[in-house]
This record gives sequence, C-alpha cells and structure tokens, in this order.
Amino acid sequence: METSVFSGSKQVLNRRCVEAAVMTGLALNCSINKKSLFDRKHYFYADLPAGYQITQQRVPIAVNGSLSYSLCIDNKMSQMVTKTVRIKQIQLEQDSGKSLHDDARSQTLVDLNRAGVGLMEVVMEPDMCCGEEAAAAVRELQLILQTLGSSQAVMAEGQLRVDANVSVHHPGEPYGVRTEVKNINSVRFLAKAVDYEIQRQIEELENGGTILNETRAFDSKLGCTIPMRDKEGKQDYRFMPEPNLPPLILYDAKSLPVNMNHQQVVNIDWIRERLPDLPSVKRAKLVELYGILPEHSFTLLNEDGLAEYFENVVKQTQMKPKKVIGWILNDLLSYLKQHALPVKDSPVSSFLLADLLNLLERREISSSAAKQVLGELWKGEGKTPLEIVKEKKLELIQDQKELEQVCQEVIDRQEDEVMAIKAGNQKVLNRLIGLVQRATRGRSNPVLVKQILEKKLSK
Amino acid sequence: MLRASLREVSAALKEGRVSATELCQRCLSLIKSTGFLNAYITVAEGTALKQAEESEKRYRRGQPLGVLDGIPFAVKDNFNTAGIETTCASNMLKGYISPYNATVVQKLLDQGAVLLGKTNLDEFAMGSGSTDGIFGPVRNPWSYSRQYKEKAPPKSSSENEESDWVITGGSSGGSAAAVSSFTCFAALGSDTGGSTRNPAAHCGVVGLKPTYGLISRHGLIPLVNSMDVPGILTRCVDDAAVVLGSLAGHDPKDSTTIQDTFKPFELPNLIDVRKLCIGIPKEYHAPGLSSEILALWSKAADLFKDAGAKVIEVSLPHTRYSIVCYHVLCTAEVASNMARFDGLEYGHRADMNKSTESMYAATRREGFNDVVRGRILSGNYFLLKQNYENYFIKAQKVRRLIADDFVKVFGSGVDILLTPTTLSDAVPYVEFIKEDNRTRSAQDDILTQAANMAGLPAISIPTALSKRGLPVGLQFIGRSFQEKQLLTVAKWFEKQVKFPMIQLEEVKRHDCSVFQHQKSVSFL
Repeated sequence: METSVFSGSKQVLNRRCVEAAVMTGLALNCSINKKSLFDRKHYFYADLPAGYQITQQRVPIAVNGSLSYSLCIDNKMSQMVTKTVRIKQIQLEQDSGKSLHDDARSQTLVDLNRAGVGLMEVVMEPDMCCGEEAAAAVRELQLILQTLGSSQAVMAEGQLRVDANVSVHHPGEPYGVRTEVKNINSVRFLAKAVDYEIQRQIEELENGGTILNETRAFDSKLGCTIPMRDKEGKQDYRFMPEPNLPPLILYDAKSLPVNMNHQQVVNIDWIRERLPDLPSVKRAKLVELYGILPEHSFTLLNEDGLAEYFENVVKQTQMKPKKVIGWILNDLLSYLKQHALPVKDSPVSSFLLADLLNLLERREISSSAAKQVLGELWKGEGKTPLEIVKEKKLELIQDQKELEQVCQEVIDRQEDEVMAIKAGNQKVLNRLIGLVQRATRGRSNPVLVKQILEKKLSK
Repeated sequence: MLRASLREVSAALKEGRVSATELCQRCLSLIKSTGFLNAYITVAEGTALKQAEESEKRYRRGQPLGVLDGIPFAVKDNFNTAGIETTCASNMLKGYISPYNATVVQKLLDQGAVLLGKTNLDEFAMGSGSTDGIFGPVRNPWSYSRQYKEKAPPKSSSENEESDWVITGGSSGGSAAAVSSFTCFAALGSDTGGSTRNPAAHCGVVGLKPTYGLISRHGLIPLVNSMDVPGILTRCVDDAAVVLGSLAGHDPKDSTTIQDTFKPFELPNLIDVRKLCIGIPKEYHAPGLSSEILALWSKAADLFKDAGAKVIEVSLPHTRYSIVCYHVLCTAEVASNMARFDGLEYGHRADMNKSTESMYAATRREGFNDVVRGRILSGNYFLLKQNYENYFIKAQKVRRLIADDFVKVFGSGVDILLTPTTLSDAVPYVEFIKEDNRTRSAQDDILTQAANMAGLPAISIPTALSKRGLPVGLQFIGRSFQEKQLLTVAKWFEKQVKFPMIQLEEVKRHDCSVFQHQKSVSFL
C-alpha cells in the first residue's frame, strides 16, 4: 500500500504484499479467503496521518491455520517435542509512522517514513503456555518468513513485531483477563516478558487483586512489564469499509477465467506450486539425506547459513556426515557463539574445515591435533590446515618403529602402571596411552598405540 | 470569441484566427471584470500565460496536441493542483499548496489545455448553494443578465443590484459560473449528490456526472469516496464529450476506476430517437417541484413522443429514502475522510501547545465551518459500534435497493430516464440563507442524489428560461458506462430546445466576436 499523507491521494494495494500474505497463509496451513475486504480503523494519534488505519477487520485474507514448532524437553538438545499453535488469521494492514518521545523537551517527534507501508499481521490462538513455547513458536515463524522471502523478520529492526497477550487461569476454568505486552525486541526478551507477566498475574491474583485488560510495555533493562500510559479507556474504532479498495479477489486454477490477464491477478495455486521447502521439510530432508539426528537438523536451521555450511563441508570431504555434524555443532558453532559471529563471517570457511577433516579422515593427524589446528585456523591468518600441521609438527607418526620406541620408553618408565596392568587392571592402560600421546605431543594414533602397548605388555 | 463553444474556438486556434496567448489574455481579463461574481478563488495568471505560450508555439509548428490544446479551463478548488493553492474553501487548507496534480488536471494539461485558476465552492463541497465557503458566496451570472433584469419587479436601482442576485446552486458553483460567464470553455466540478448538475441547471450550462469508476478521483479531495465523481461543465454537449474523451479511463492510482479501455467518441449530428424508450419516473414529481418545471418536464416528454420515441412512466419506488440514506452514508464518510486534517502534517495548525489532543481539537474547530463539523459529528455517531448496524449497514442496504430500482427499470427496456434537475429556478441569496445548509441540501439534492447512490451517469441540459428569466435544466440519467448513448440523446434534446445565450454586458464589452452562435428563439 502506498504512503498517503496528502489529501486527495487514494490508497492502492501493493501486489507483493498480497503475494507475501498468500504464501505465508499457505505455509501456515491456512484457508485462503478468495474474497477478503478492507476496513478503516479510526483513532487519532500523531503517527497516524490519515486518522485511520486500513486493515482487514471483517474478512481477512487467510484464516484457520496452524504452526508446528519444536521444543527441547530438557536443557540438553537430546529430546525434542513437537507442539502446535493454531493460527487464527492473517490480515493485511497499513503501518503507522513511528513516534519518538522526547520527554526532556515534552515533545514527540513523528517519523512518517514507514506510514502506509504494507504489513501482515499473524494472529495466533492462546495455545502456548510459557515463554519458552512462545519463543519457539515465534522463532519457527521467523524461519518460515525468511524461507518464503516474505520478510527478513529481524525483531531488533522492527521487521517482525511481536505483541504477547497473556492471561492465567486455573485448570478447567475459563481463560482469565488478558493483558497485551508490547515493546518486545527479541525472541529471548519475548520469553522473558511472557514468563514475567505470567508470574506477575499469578502473584496479583493470589494476593486478592484483579487483572486489568490493559496494555503493558516490556522493560528489557528491568526485565518486567509496566503499564503503558497512553491507552486509556476502551476505544470505539468506528470501523467502516474502506471505500477506495474494492474487495480483494484471489483466484485458483479452477476459478481463473480463461481470458484474464496473468499480471492482473494473484493465483493461489500458482503460488502454492512455487513455495520453497519450509523449515520442517528441510529438516526432515537433512535427517534423511545425511543420517543426522532431528536435534541436529534443528540447530542447523536455527543458525542462519549453518545448514548450507554443513552441506558444503559434506560435499568437500570424505568424512561421513554423521561425524562432520559433530565438528559443526560442537566446535565451529561454539567458536562462533563465543565471538558472537554469524556463520557468514566465520574466519574458517567450509572449504578450510573440509580440508582439515580430510586430514583427520586420512589419519594424517589425530582428532586432538585437529582441534588444535582448528584453533589456529580460527585466527584467520590465511594458512591452510596442512601448513599449520607442518608448522606445529602435528602429523601423526606414521613410522611404526618410532611409535614402538616411544611406547617402549613409556613402558620402561612407568613400572607401577605396567605392574597394575599385568595384574589385570586394564583401565590403567589408558594412562599409558595418554602418556604416549603427551610424549609424542598428540602425534600418535591412539588406536595404534593401544595395539602396540597391548602387544608389548602381553609378552 | 469567448462566447464560442470549445470546439469552435479550437478550430479557430488551429486555423490561426486567434492565438492561444490572445485567448488566454482575454479570459484572464474577463475574469477580472467579472470579479464580482466571486467565481474564482485563485487565478493562476503567470502559469496560464506560460501554458498559452507553449501552446502557441505548438500551433505555429503545426503540431497541436489535440482539440484541447490552448483551451482555457478552470478547476474546482477541491482538486489538487501542483504549485497552485488548493483550499477547498476552508480555513483548514488555506495556504496549502499541493505537490501533485490530480489525475484529471494532469490529463487536461497533458493535452495542452490552459489552467486559468481554481473556482469557488461550498467548504469541502458540502452544500447546494456555493454559499458556505470562507471566500464568500458565488453569484449566479444570470443575476446580471438582461433576461433576468428585464423580468425583475421594479425596485430602486441600488436594491436591485445588491439584494436580488441569485445563487449558482452548488457545490460546484464557481465552475458553473465560470463557464456560464464565458471566462473559460470548460470547467471541472465534482458531483457527490448533484454538485455538478445542480449549479449547471441554475447557471444554464451543461453539467455531466459520469459513471462512477469511469474517471479517476486521484487528487480529488474526497467527500464521499463511494459516490464522488469529477464533473464536467461546458456550454454544450459536444464540448462535454470532448472533455470526457480526454479524462476517462483506468488510473492505477485509483483502484475504483474500471480496467476496461475507454474509447473516446464523437457524437453524431443526425440523431434518430425513434428507437429510444424514455422513462419518466413518477417519484421525481417531488413535493416542492415548481409548476413551471413540471410543465417543462412534460413538454420535454412530448418532444420525444412527437419525434417518435417511446415515452413511458416508470417507478423508482425507493427514491424517497435516498436523502436519508445519503445523509447517513455521506456523514459517515465525511467523518472518516476529515480525520486526516489534524494540523500536524499540512494545512492549518492551531496555536495550542498543551497536548496533542487539545491541538487537534483547536485546529479542527478553527479549520472547519459549522457544516463540516456537523457532518463529522453525525458521521461519527452513525459509525459507533452500537449504531453501526442500525444506521450504516441499514443505509447500505437501502442504497442497494435504490440502485436495484434503476437496474430493474433499465432492464425492462428503458434506455434513458428524463427528470427535472432542480425543484425551482435559482433563488435569491437572501432567501437561500434563511434556511441552514443541511435543510437546503436535503431539499435541493432530491432529484440528483439517487444517481450518485447508483453510480449512474447523468447530465443536466439547459432547457428554457423561467418566468423570472433564469435558466431551468432537465436531467437525463443513463445506464452505467453508456455515456455515448446518454450524450447522444442529450445532444438531440439540446438541439431541439435551443436554449438562449446569456446576455451579459461585461462579456459584450469584451467580445467583438464574429461568433454569434445562438439565436434568441427559445423553447418556451
């Protein structure tokens, strides 16, 4: 929808907005209304230049969908549970401008740049029961929107705005009075805000108080919700059909008239055929293709670009995907998190990592050596894994004789341990292996070392 | 020259008998000497002369843009014009200069037409007299015509001039007066309940209300979005067809315009009405209809009958509800459309700093007149949740019934409806202001309003002079998007009635023209 600040200009519907709404509706399993209507919602506010907002109050573009999302039962990513939240509707509407309150000068500055821009509002039913669920549902919605290209959905940039409606009730009783919580700028804060508000309401009710149907703002610094001063009393929005926008008619393959100009219409079936794989489908495919666990694919998709990175590594290495995934999720990801870097800014490219894993796979280095090399690669000095290996002398000793010699030296030195092993305590063998590793500075293949030691000690 | 029709003067320009600059200058000069009519709010002398010069260059090169190249026109002051003040005759927009041209204005300028200025109206187009704007009332040029003065009862001369002048009707009174007094060859008005046809009838000019959706409303400051249309005012039907041809068609900036391509048409000169069926809706014999107009209406019907057309009485049973229905829907839309005037982004802002709300309240009180504020209050009342069903939804249903009345009649073989346009000829200003705006609007819109409800095209044709020497018009209502048929019938009728040309002293002085194009044999 076009920006309309001036008198006399008429609103026009933006095709891309309609397509984005249809795509999102289909992705969320909604029924798409082939005919939807536009209404004016009237209220006076400085950031609403027309004195009304165009929205879809009577018949929105999509209704009755569902969103499935996954949640970890415990803190380790070992048990995932799938939950569903029902989608009440998706409606198209206009954005207002942005108000910046300058309390120091008792004035409000109004930025009208985004006024009139098209928005898509997704309304969920109250099927979630805690902050974690809300956060997981919104996270999944974000991924879906990004996959569809409907929106980048970055909350901090205001591309995705979330208002949480929270209420509490005893099991079996009807839902309690709800409050609306606004000013939530991240998925993490969403969880915090919801949990805080639940707690606040419970405490209030247990102390004999009542919950007001009000709007509250989340204060991220204090971690609590506070009542918003601006909204007083119940507003009558005086809804009226928007006279300048005729009903929005969408077509599907069946209802599309033969001689209709393709450019003039939006065809639901055409859009459905071109929907990209949704996150849930992508995850299933990753699991099937690479034999990784569902929790793994969840994390892969949760980090922007990580799934692609993983697949690139797999393509370039002989190491099995099931092993590669460990390196991606445990090593690479933890480095990225420590340095707060997105995947695309990783100093270790998929090519480099694959190269390193190949060295490991070919048993040219041990896995502990590989970890060391990774640490060096992380510095981003432009060296290849092989160069680092050579520089730090991390190659596995290939010479059997040399290994045997070191093993022998260790055996000769550790008389007590040798005696213990010969007496039947096999666990002590690991100590010897460890000592060999130390003596060789991680350059011995533990499997081989074990074999050699066992052979020697069995004599 | 100034009394010529648009097509005649266009031919003159093409043949070099007059230059565009000369034409423009003459119009501007006549505007000055007819300033007492108060038809214009803003005269864009500088830009008009520039446009005329450009047009002249094109004519000299033999490359005029079309029939409208160099033709002076005027625009009602509720259409946005880039660089020229657009006030809607309201304090709210006094001094407001729009950054863009309304689509219809742009289209005329693209054809090389010359914009002389913005014409006066009722504030925000709310009214039926063109008396309730901040720049004062418009005077009907016929008040100063020989025809009216001759018929006026003898009085002392000072009284005559000042107290007897009659209104133009409204709300596009300025545009109607501008065309009627020969200061331009065409003018744009707007028509929501009859605002183009009503003043056309009172000022003795042709007033066309096109089908809703045919002409873009982009840039027309809305009164009732679902009923407004740009209106065309000219001195004859052929001229209206020319202007219509350049304005009609889909505009991507207005989603309510139809997609179909519009084919401009020329009206035939020989018209045969024998195959026509003319409907006379009995409900249009409304209370208050003057006997004079009733007789004229009847004579007109006979005219068609004698020419071989089928003339039958028809019924539009829900006609009597249209005013009440209009009141609900119009005020509701007004309340909504006026919400944007809060003093923040443009227009008048009150000098009030206590709070945003108090600034809004003061701005809107100072910016709007009583009529506008009254309609906003009513409209908001009807839109309240508790009232919406009983008023707004009900009115929409009644509107559907009114529209269906027309569908049924046109579906039964009737081609065109013939009705009066107004209940009487123009009343003197001092009489008119005895009743308030709301009462007047309710009375005066009664014959024109239903066509806006149904979105149908309608045209008022000057038919004859009343006993008082003032113009009376009759209205033709046609089928949706059948403007060609409507205008063809209107043209035939115009030819038959030979409405007399206004005899204005001021114009005579200006115009030593070769063109005496109307005889004074009148219809009565």
